[in-house]
Amino acid sequence: MVCKGNDVRQKKLHPWPVRLTHWLNAACMVCMFMSGWAIYNASPLFSFRFPASLTVGGWLGGALAWHFAFMWLLLINGAIYVLYGLASRHFKRELLPIGIAALKHDLTDALRFRLVHEKGVYNAVQRLMYWIVLAAGVLIVISGVAIWKPVQLQELVALLGGYDVARYVHFAAMAMIAAFVVIHLVLVILVPKTLLPMITGGVRTPDNEKNGS
Amino acid sequence: MTEFTKKTRQRVRIEPAQQLELENIQRRHFLRAGLTVGAMSMLTGCNLQDGDQVDKVLWAMSRWNDRVQAWLFSGRKLAPTFARAQITKPFPFNAFYGQDDIPEVDLTSYSLAVSGRIRDKAPWTLESLRKLPQRSDITRLICVEGWSAIGQWGGVPLKTFLEHIGADTTAKFVGFKCADRYYSSLDMPTALHPQTLLALDYADVALPPEYGYPLRVRVPTKLGFKNPKHVVEIFVSNDNPGGYWEDQGYNWFSGI
Repeated sequence: MVCKGNDVRQKKLHPWPVRLTHWLNAACMVCMFMSGWAIYNASPLFSFRFPASLTVGGWLGGALAWHFAFMWLLLINGAIYVLYGLASRHFKRELLPIGIAALKHDLTDALRFRLVHEKGVYNAVQRLMYWIVLAAGVLIVISGVAIWKPVQLQELVALLGGYDVARYVHFAAMAMIAAFVVIHLVLVILVPKTLLPMITGGVRTPDNEKNGS
Repeated sequence: MTEFTKKTRQRVRIEPAQQLELENIQRRHFLRAGLTVGAMSMLTGCNLQDGDQVDKVLWAMSRWNDRVQAWLFSGRKLAPTFARAQITKPFPFNAFYGQDDIPEVDLTSYSLAVSGRIRDKAPWTLESLRKLPQRSDITRLICVEGWSAIGQWGGVPLKTFLEHIGADTTAKFVGFKCADRYYSSLDMPTALHPQTLLALDYADVALPPEYGYPLRVRVPTKLGFKNPKHVVEIFVSNDNPGGYWEDQGYNWFSGI
């Protein structure tokens, strides 16, 4: 056991701040994706548009209003999650370490669809994926703020390679997060017993508690 | 360069009401097809124009975003400027109507009206505007749609003009009325920004019709739709004059 101080938290697979921010984030992300795709459609970066049925807002003004309203909820929720993750050592406890050997081993397993699910323990591939999606989350906020304020925050835009490049960065970060969501949902479908604990919190049994710490 | 012409040609501009009608047809079709993206499909109708509860929240958030942006805005921070070689050619035409509907302005009888919280309400001719100190900047125009283009605009700094007409610069808003029923407005700090121009020239020659002749507002710190063209009246007010797009739902401040 790393942290003996908080027994209640240790007994839950997913502590309530993680569950609350997870579901709020899921709702925010749906709004941000759908409104973002509508905004993309107004001036596509690539030779495709998103189907109107996957967008929200009805027209560009509506989509922008959705995007710039939910960005606040997303930002506040994300900040709470990150602060909690650092303060409670959630990141360190659940998402570290990631060894190269373990990564190789777990990746081979995953690609062979040998999904050994240890309750309460993330394997190396999962840990890496969470770090990647967290990084993509930071990148999407930074690039989003940059293309929202390319004059007031021109130094940030310059860092990203200019306004036009920053739009691609924002899109790429979206694509990374979308890919994560797809894999995440597929895994939940393949291992459905993981869904309920994300809602109720689940129970961490003494057995996997040792592994989990 | 050619990419822009292609883009402008492809983009079909329709008024928001028509757009809405189109979206409604698409949405009905979509619902009939029985494909719903969870509860979100129930909300796709919230578009800032129906006045329902979600719309009210979205409008309130937009007003909050006005305040945040006003706070982020620095009257001293200049928009990046570019070299002549970086100018986008041809610079894209953009309006809420097609190129065939550019208003005809009779240059010989043109005058710029000024009203509201100002001292001297005499109208201005183009010649008198040209006699004021001029400034020219090569800046990036960023459209609310996301695309951008670099151009060179020259003219009278709006601040200089406001000083000449004895405007109350402690007032909150500067409004603009255009020859094509377009209208828009700026917050006073943005109106007084050194790069905010009453533009008379594009690329060193008098504004051609497609770029808003004979006078447009050029604000490098705002999105493109806050740069009204064919301006025929300027007024200073403490009541927010809104704007053609702003009143339909584009964020009013729209600073960049």
